[in-house]
Amino acid sequence: MSRRLHIEVFRYNPLDPESKPHMQSFYVNEYDSMTLFIALNIIRDQHDPTLQFDFCCRAGICGSCGMVINGRPGLACHTQTKDLPEHIVLHPLPVFKLIGDLSVDTGVWFRDAGTRIEAWVHNDHDSFDPTQEEARMENALANEIFELDRCVECGCCIAACGTARMRTDFLGAASIARVARFYLDPRDERNVENYYEVIGNDQGVFGCMGLLACEDVCPKHIPLQDQLGIMRRMLALHSVKGILPKALIEKLAHKGCCHENHKS
Amino acid sequence: MQIFYTDLLCIGAGLAGERVAVEAAKAGFDATCLSIVPPRRSHSSAAQGGMQAALGNCVMGEGDSPDIHFEDTVKGSDWGCDQEVARIFADTAPIVMREVAHWGVPWNRVEHGPATYYKGGKPFEAAESKEKHGLIHARAFGGTAKWRTCYTADGTGRSVLNTLDSMCLRYNVNIHDRTQAEALIHDGENCIGAIVRCLRTGELMAYFATATLIATGGYGRIYKATTNAVICDGGGQIAALDTGIVPLGNMEAIQFHPTGTVPTDILVTEGCRGDGGTLLDVNEYRFMPDYEPEKAELASRDVVSRRMQEHMAKGHGVKSPYGDHLWLDIRHLGEKHITTKLREVYDICTSFLGVNPISDLIPVRPTQHYSMGGVRTNKDGAAYGLSGLFSAGEAACWDMHGFNRLGGNSLAETVVAGRYVGKKVVEFLKGHSVDFKQSALRDAHAKIEERIKRLSGSSGKESAIVLRDEMQDIMMDYVGIFRNGKDLQTAVDKLEELHARSMNIGLQGKAIGFNPEISLALRIPGMIKLAQCTAFGALQRTESRGAHTREDHPERNDKDWLNRTLAYWKDGDSLPTLKYEDASPYFEIPPGERGYGGGKIIHADIPAEKLHVPESNASDNAASAEDTK
Repeated sequence: MSRRLHIEVFRYNPLDPESKPHMQSFYVNEYDSMTLFIALNIIRDQHDPTLQFDFCCRAGICGSCGMVINGRPGLACHTQTKDLPEHIVLHPLPVFKLIGDLSVDTGVWFRDAGTRIEAWVHNDHDSFDPTQEEARMENALANEIFELDRCVECGCCIAACGTARMRTDFLGAASIARVARFYLDPRDERNVENYYEVIGNDQGVFGCMGLLACEDVCPKHIPLQDQLGIMRRMLALHSVKGILPKALIEKLAHKGCCHENHKS
Repeated sequence: MQIFYTDLLCIGAGLAGERVAVEAAKAGFDATCLSIVPPRRSHSSAAQGGMQAALGNCVMGEGDSPDIHFEDTVKGSDWGCDQEVARIFADTAPIVMREVAHWGVPWNRVEHGPATYYKGGKPFEAAESKEKHGLIHARAFGGTAKWRTCYTADGTGRSVLNTLDSMCLRYNVNIHDRTQAEALIHDGENCIGAIVRCLRTGELMAYFATATLIATGGYGRIYKATTNAVICDGGGQIAALDTGIVPLGNMEAIQFHPTGTVPTDILVTEGCRGDGGTLLDVNEYRFMPDYEPEKAELASRDVVSRRMQEHMAKGHGVKSPYGDHLWLDIRHLGEKHITTKLREVYDICTSFLGVNPISDLIPVRPTQHYSMGGVRTNKDGAAYGLSGLFSAGEAACWDMHGFNRLGGNSLAETVVAGRYVGKKVVEFLKGHSVDFKQSALRDAHAKIEERIKRLSGSSGKESAIVLRDEMQDIMMDYVGIFRNGKDLQTAVDKLEELHARSMNIGLQGKAIGFNPEISLALRIPGMIKLAQCTAFGALQRTESRGAHTREDHPERNDKDWLNRTLAYWKDGDSLPTLKYEDASPYFEIPPGERGYGGGKIIHADIPAEKLHVPESNASDNAASAEDTK
C-alpha cells in the first residue's frame, strides 16, 4: 500500500558563487497522514541537512510554508501527500526574494506593503481612556472584520497573481483585502479620499487584471475576489465624483455587499 | 561585524515582545524587535481560544470581578504562583482588553436576547442583557468560576497579533526578522544587548541596547509530542541561563494540554470544551463527571490531563497505530457554531486528521503545551541577576501561573505583562545611560564565533539531529504527566550523558552562507540544559503540585515545598545548581483546597503577617497599575 515518493526540490544558494539553480530528487517512503512538512523534515534529517525551507506552526496557522507544489502555490504543512501523485515537484514562491532553496522572504515584502498602505487603525490612539468601557460594536461587524483578519500573509495569492509577476510594485490581493479590513472598521477614521491615495492606482485596485487566481489558491479561503470588487467599485465611483449624479453614486456604492448594513 | 544601537532590544516579536516594544516606542524610545520568523508568524498567532479578563459583560459572566479572576488564578496555580503578580494581572487585564479593542481587535461582542449555550454537552437558554449589547463577550474556559475568556472566534492570537504588529508599524518599531539571538552581552552586572545570528546570511551581528527583553515564548520542543511551533526551542531561556547569573524559575512546571490531536500533536482549543464539547472513551462513554463531578471537562488542565491519562491506563483508551487516545465530541454544537466560532478547529480536523468534526469524533490525548517556568523576573519583569535585562510572556517566570496555568490566562498575560512591564522598561530607560563596553561585546562574540568555527571544523562525531531525538524521547518517557523518583533519576543521568556528548557535535553537510544545520547544532546543547533543569527540578521536588505529579509523593506538601525552584548554570558544570525562594511574598488567599483534582495536602504554618496584603504594597501596586480601576 505504501508508496515511495519521488520528491523533486528546487535547489539554489544565492550566497554561493558555485551554486547554480537546479532540481534535486529525493526518495521517501510514504506513511499514513504524511504531510509535506513531515516529508521535507525527513529529507533534511536523513538526506541533506543543508536544505532550506520554512516551517513554524506546522498547523496551517502561521503562513510560513508557502511554496509551489506541483505547479500550484499552497501551504506545505497542510498538504497531505496522499492527495498528490507519487512524483512531487516543489519550487519556491515566485515574486518574493529567494533566500535559498524553498525559502523566500515574505516577511520583508509584507512589511513593506503594510507600510505603503499604512496598515493600522487610524485614530487618536492616545485618546484611549482606561476608565471607560469599550466602544460598542455589533457582533456581526466584528465577525466580518475578523473574516479578513484571518489572512496569514503566506504569499500564495501574490505568487499566483499575473500582475504581481509582471510588476514588482503591485500590492496584490492580500494588501487590498487588508485595506478593505480597515475600510470596514469604524474605528479607522480614514475616508474614501485617504484610501484612494493608497490603493486608487495601478499599484492597487486598478492594476488587477481580474485573473482571480488569488482566491483560488488562498489556503484560508478569504473572499479576496469580493473585497477586490468592493474596493474597486468604491474607488471607481470616487474617481467619477462630480461627473455622475451624487444620488446615483450613493445608490451604487454599497449595493449588495457586506458594507450595505454598516456605512452610508 | 555589523553593530546596531537601540534603546530597547526585544528578543522575540510575538505578543509580549511587540507589546513591550510598542510601549517603549510610544514613549519616544528606539525599539528593535528580533525574531526568528516574520513577527506575524510568531507562535502567538496559533493561540485559538482567548484571553481571560473580568469584564463581566456576558450573562454567564455576570458579577465577575478581578477578585474572582485572581482567586481562580491562584487556585489554578495550586498556590504556586506569586500572589502579588497574579493580583496585578487580574486587576490590569480588563483595561488591556479594552485598549487592544481601541487599537483594532475585532472581539466578539454581546448580542442581547436569548442565546443557546452548552454545558457538558447539554444545551441551555440564557438571555444576554440589553445594556451590555455590543460590549466584549466571553466564553467559558476550564478552572474558572465565571465565563471570562474574551475571544475573536477561535483566532484570538491571530487577530491580537495582527493588531499589535500594526501598532509596531504605526510607531516605527524596527523589525529585524530571520535573526536569532545566540548570547547576551553583559559584564556580570549589566545586560547591554545580544550577539545575533542572521538567518539569511549566517553572519553574526551585535546589538547594543540600554534595555534587553527576552520574549521568546516557551521551550516545548524539548519534548517530542508538543503543540508548540518548531521555533519554540527555548532560545531566550538558554541565553539567560548561559550567563551563569540569571536563574530560570520552576522549569519542572510543564503543562500538558488535554486536547492535542492524534497523530500530529496540533492543538484544538479549550474553547471546544468551554463551548460544551465533551470527552469520550473507547465505548463513547463520557467519563469526566465520574472523576470530577462538579467541573467535569472544565477542571483545570493539569487535572483533566491526569484524569485522561488515568482513564486510558485503566484500558479505556482507543487503540491506534500512534498509541492510545480518547475522543473529543463537539458534534452537538452544530455546523454553524463549528464553522464560525470553531472554524480553525474545523480546518485542522479536516486538513490534518481527515475528520469532519460536525459528524465525527476528534482523536485527542494530553500533549506538552505550555512552559510555566522561564526566566525568573521580579514583579516589574526585571530578570534576577542582571540590570537592564527584562522578560515577559511565556519566556518569563513572572510568576502568575505557579504550577498550572488556566486556559486563557497565558494569552492574556502576553499583553497584560507586556503593557505593565513595558511601562517599567520605559521608567528604566528614562533613568539610565549605559556604557556600551566593547570588551563585553568581544567576549560574547568570541564565544559564539568559536562555537561556529568548531562546528564547521567538523571534527565532532555527534549528530545534532540524533541528540535532539534522544533528548525528546527521554523527556517523553521519564518526565511526562506522571513522574516518579526512579524515572526522573534515569532522565537526569541520561541527559547528563547527552550534555557531555553535545560538546562534540559535528556537521554532516556544508553550505556557504546560511546553513540550517548550524542553527540546530548551536541550539541543541542549550536545549539539553533546559531539559536537565526540568528533569533535575522535578526529581528534587518531592511533592505533587499542579502539573507536577509525583506518583511516589502524591500529596501537595506546603510545609516543605511552598516555594519556587531557581535553576542556575555555572560555567563548566554538567548539572544545574538549584536554589529555592518563597512562592509568594504574602498570601492574600491562604493555601487551601482547589475544589477539583482531589489529593492530600500537608499544611504549612504560615506566619500571620504573611496572610494579608502589606499596606504599602496594596497602594504601590494600585498606583503602578495606574488607572486600573
